[in-house]
Amino acid sequence: MDQENIIIALKNITVEFDGEKVLDDLSLTIRDGEFVTLLGSSGCGKTTTLRIIAGFLEPDSGELFLNGKNMHGVPPHKREVNTIFQRYALFPHYNVFENIAYGLRIRKVPEPEIKERVTEMLRLVNLQGFEKRGVSRLSGGQQQRVAIARALVLRPKVLLLDEPLAALDLKLRKDMQNELKNIQKQLGITFIFVTHDQEEALSMSDTVVVMNEGKIQQIGSPIDIYNEPQNAFVADFIGESNIIDGIMKADYQASFAGHTFSCLDAGFAPGEEVDVVIRPEDVDIVPPEKGMLQGTVTSVTFLGVHFEIIVDIHGFKWMIQTTDEHKVDEKVGLFIEPDAIHVMKKSKYSGQFGDYSSYSDEIDTLNVLDDEDEAE
Amino acid sequence: MKKKSLLQQAAGAPYIVWAALFIIIPLVIVVYYAFTDKTGALTMDNIVSLADYKETFLISFEYAFIASLICLAIAYPFAYIMSRRGPAAQRIMMMLVMLPMWMNLLIRTYSWMNILEKNGIINNILENFGVEPLKMIGTPGAVIFGMIYNYIPYMIIPIYNVMSKIEPSLLEAAEDLGSGALSKLRRVILPLSMPGVISGFTMVFVPSVSTFYISQKLGGGKIMLIGDAIERQMQTSYNYNLGASLSLVLMVVILVSMVILNRFAGDDDLLI
Repeated sequence: MDQENIIIALKNITVEFDGEKVLDDLSLTIRDGEFVTLLGSSGCGKTTTLRIIAGFLEPDSGELFLNGKNMHGVPPHKREVNTIFQRYALFPHYNVFENIAYGLRIRKVPEPEIKERVTEMLRLVNLQGFEKRGVSRLSGGQQQRVAIARALVLRPKVLLLDEPLAALDLKLRKDMQNELKNIQKQLGITFIFVTHDQEEALSMSDTVVVMNEGKIQQIGSPIDIYNEPQNAFVADFIGESNIIDGIMKADYQASFAGHTFSCLDAGFAPGEEVDVVIRPEDVDIVPPEKGMLQGTVTSVTFLGVHFEIIVDIHGFKWMIQTTDEHKVDEKVGLFIEPDAIHVMKKSKYSGQFGDYSSYSDEIDTLNVLDDEDEAE
Repeated sequence: MKKKSLLQQAAGAPYIVWAALFIIIPLVIVVYYAFTDKTGALTMDNIVSLADYKETFLISFEYAFIASLICLAIAYPFAYIMSRRGPAAQRIMMMLVMLPMWMNLLIRTYSWMNILEKNGIINNILENFGVEPLKMIGTPGAVIFGMIYNYIPYMIIPIYNVMSKIEPSLLEAAEDLGSGALSKLRRVILPLSMPGVISGFTMVFVPSVSTFYISQKLGGGKIMLIGDAIERQMQTSYNYNLGASLSLVLMVVILVSMVILNRFAGDDDLLI
């Protein structure tokens, strides 16, 4: 990577709360002008990472470099980064203009320049004519825009966004996604965006950082993350995945579900145990005799664009998305092309994900408890 | 607007009756007494004779104002610190603030009399160190101290209430946009806590300006506040008409100062 271009570098950052590691030896470099998304479920450490960059939190160990300068002991108000907070955190005692002008006034910018820069920002976020409006009388989307303008008016090198779209409804969220992306392109500054919404992450980012349990699971472009997940956690978290235990017979030969498939993966030891990922949209349902695998349909759900069909093969429930309708209890065959198969090394997440007996861990846990009750 | 249902109207009735019985009617009686003489004839004499009490009014307002200001100076930082603590610490601090209020005001003031008087606890201690006894009872300082001691919870609680509602993310946003500690206080915390300051100030100022017990006990009979003047008319001179007019004027002056205070703070949806 081009060393010159690096604007943020986190080196071996560890944060503990009450003896629990929230960030575990995390290292990450971010290039100038990049749109980076930290993606993970709640408690994965993504917001903590953002707070460290903003300066609201000092790590227990590790270092943060901003533009090559070590930020240890530098308070938030002296860092050239600005934050969009989850609930916007607009000042209720100021109107739209004064909210946006806040940072400029503190920097003692001359009044005509304040007016000019605030007006320019209002135009950027499409809020002309709202100057005198109180912020409590704005809709969620408008408040969001004020928050963006308030941060960007200071021309920060880096903008930190902490789940900024979580409070908006679906359609507005899509519009704001496009708008944020456009603003980022237009200004050419670095965005670090935190979200738990994988679709949002895939559609907006140059780079996605998937996090779990205070560790980075994978860094890559959205396409890489989707097509080449590094472990079962990433495969399960991004989109839907069937994750099956398999064995690499040889290069380009993966064996799973009682059948040997040809695939595009190589470089594993012969006989190595692996996790195999097959996306639901990449499986074709064919008549049983033409299929590589045979199974029984156990459930069919119509979702508009396609059907979601669960097929039981030797007790493992596969999810398949298809536009053809099938009936429950129908015997079907599955046909899988070599490029639909992705082979991953075994990890600590192996076996935890990828079976569609149920969708959530919670139901799995409840079912286990039920079984235990019955056993007693 | 939609018409209120019969039930909604009926639900309001007890409060209207209550307000009429215990607020409106007594006020009317006070006004009646203030503008009549002993025979019940209309007169302005009571109001005119209040000129004699100009000094008393001034002293009362001065002491109450000083007491309120000192309360504010103590309570504001305390309330801020309290509001930024964890829930357990907040509960304990709130308990400590409330605890003295569970003890009767008369007992508390009497105790301070014992502590401050000529042969009181403080002077006894000073004597042991060979220091000349201090004269405390009967000084304005003792009276103002009594006001502060008795009424400071009424300053802390409303300020704490608004402070604890200031979202931490607002303070972080201020820091993020470049505010150091002072600018954060001036531009965010102070303006947002103003409603609490005003109601706290009102709640300390009003009972202070009309107190008679504190000034009697800690003033050693030398300091007469407007409350004492009213009490004397009612209890000693049995001149209800003068007493009523003193009360009425006091009330009007308090109302006017509260309106000014609210204007000054630029917020009109507060107390009064």
